[in-house]
Amino acid sequence: MRDVAIIGVGITKFGELWDLSFRQMIIEAGARALEDADIDGKQIDAMYIGNMSAGQFICQEHIASLIADHAGLAPIPSTRVEGACASGGLALRQAVISVASGVHDYVVAAGIEKMTDVMTEQATGALATAADQEWEVNAGATFPGLYALMARRHMYEFGTTEEQMAMVAVKNHNNACMNPCAQYHTRITVESVLKSPPVVLPLKLLDCSPITDGAACVIVAPAEKARKMDRVPVIVAGTGQASDTISLHSRQSLTGLMATTRAADMAYKMARVGPEDIDVAEVHDCFTIAEIMAIEDLGFCKKGEGGKLTEEGQTEIGGKIPVNTSGGLKGKGHPVGATGIAQVVEIVHQLRGDAGKRQVKGAEIGLTHNVGGTGGTAVVHIFKRGD
Amino acid sequence: MAAPRFWREIPNRYNLIGTRCGNCNKVFFPPRYICPQCRRMGKLEPYKLSRRGKIVTYGVVHVAPEGFEDLVPYVLAIVELEDGPRLTTQVVDCDPNEIKIGDEVEMVFRRIGADREDGVIYYGFKFRKVE
Repeated sequence: MRDVAIIGVGITKFGELWDLSFRQMIIEAGARALEDADIDGKQIDAMYIGNMSAGQFICQEHIASLIADHAGLAPIPSTRVEGACASGGLALRQAVISVASGVHDYVVAAGIEKMTDVMTEQATGALATAADQEWEVNAGATFPGLYALMARRHMYEFGTTEEQMAMVAVKNHNNACMNPCAQYHTRITVESVLKSPPVVLPLKLLDCSPITDGAACVIVAPAEKARKMDRVPVIVAGTGQASDTISLHSRQSLTGLMATTRAADMAYKMARVGPEDIDVAEVHDCFTIAEIMAIEDLGFCKKGEGGKLTEEGQTEIGGKIPVNTSGGLKGKGHPVGATGIAQVVEIVHQLRGDAGKRQVKGAEIGLTHNVGGTGGTAVVHIFKRGD
Repeated sequence: MAAPRFWREIPNRYNLIGTRCGNCNKVFFPPRYICPQCRRMGKLEPYKLSRRGKIVTYGVVHVAPEGFEDLVPYVLAIVELEDGPRLTTQVVDCDPNEIKIGDEVEMVFRRIGADREDGVIYYGFKFRKVE
């Protein structure tokens, strides 16, 4: 297996993109990534596209063909990868494996979701198909509902508070204010989170990530080619993926995601680093409690201390381990299939040192963590500056 | 949705019938059709579960999915049955503010929903507190 690098990144504005279609969004992200990599589209050997549910959101399946076609890149192999909200992370992993194996040289890993072409209730229903339809959704569960069950149990076992959860949202909105492509450029307070309308208590509206349109794209290439290019190469040092029961109720622990722990172990081992070596991380904060569980499961603190770590400000830019400098899913927005790739876009900017006002000083090692459903799938990647 | 999707789960949904592995005696609900431990050595057979259990965690739903809007606010919970398995369910006939982790509950047979206005009505289990 050969070393692999990210040589170009591109992202659309995240938000309610009413004037842009699915195909316009992916072309925009792809063109930006190619421009950033300074290569020609004709050099691309293959594409992996992360997308959760174009079938439900825009009534369109077979999107890998559609995208290769409209990118003008047919007849190269183009494959859609689906793992609910982890689809983007899985697409990157497939691209990395295909380059590492020597099958392909230049591969696109992209992610996209067009979520606002349906009404909010339909979007919520579409998202819920990532849970067990027969044994969770039929009982009246929604995604906020399932994460509320985890939040309540986390509060019960470890004394995590609603205020600590609110602090995750406040931090991520602050970071989003410094990110031009983020959906929200509004600051919120702990008080406004606590007073926001109940969704599934203990989770309120401002504990939840929004419904978002967006696309993101990265170009994956052999590290030896990347090292000959002008800009700082970003090496994919580790990749890990794990699965778990699709239903939350079937798991031993309701306060952490085993799939995250397993995927992280795999990625740390491959990258020969530990949690203490990570300078900046993008984690899957689909709900505020999810970020608290993620920073524990990734080993940034002990189990049960994620709320405390947040309250101490250690996950802010300037803290011990800055988390979700992009604004995260909460502040930047969560176009589900695009999220896993958008996380990589942020880490690449951080490692290159061009993240602007949200730059973590001297960041050399970064991590991305992408979750599908309530943790039935998790994928973790670790990146290092290659100079 | 076609009727078979509701119909084939009637034993499980109406009577809490799960499966048990004849090799290691582990009980599964919702039913599994292969034992993750015993693999092909396992022999899964239907098993009727106890109707009582305890609340492991819960949330109070204020924004409901389609078809559940009339029920808000309702309690969504994970219940651990006496036989071991856990399931996701609603806890009914209660004040949502008076639910606690550890509360004892029992199964009740209820209407769960309907597949659109003129579609199949489906029934199944919900739980209520044991006084």
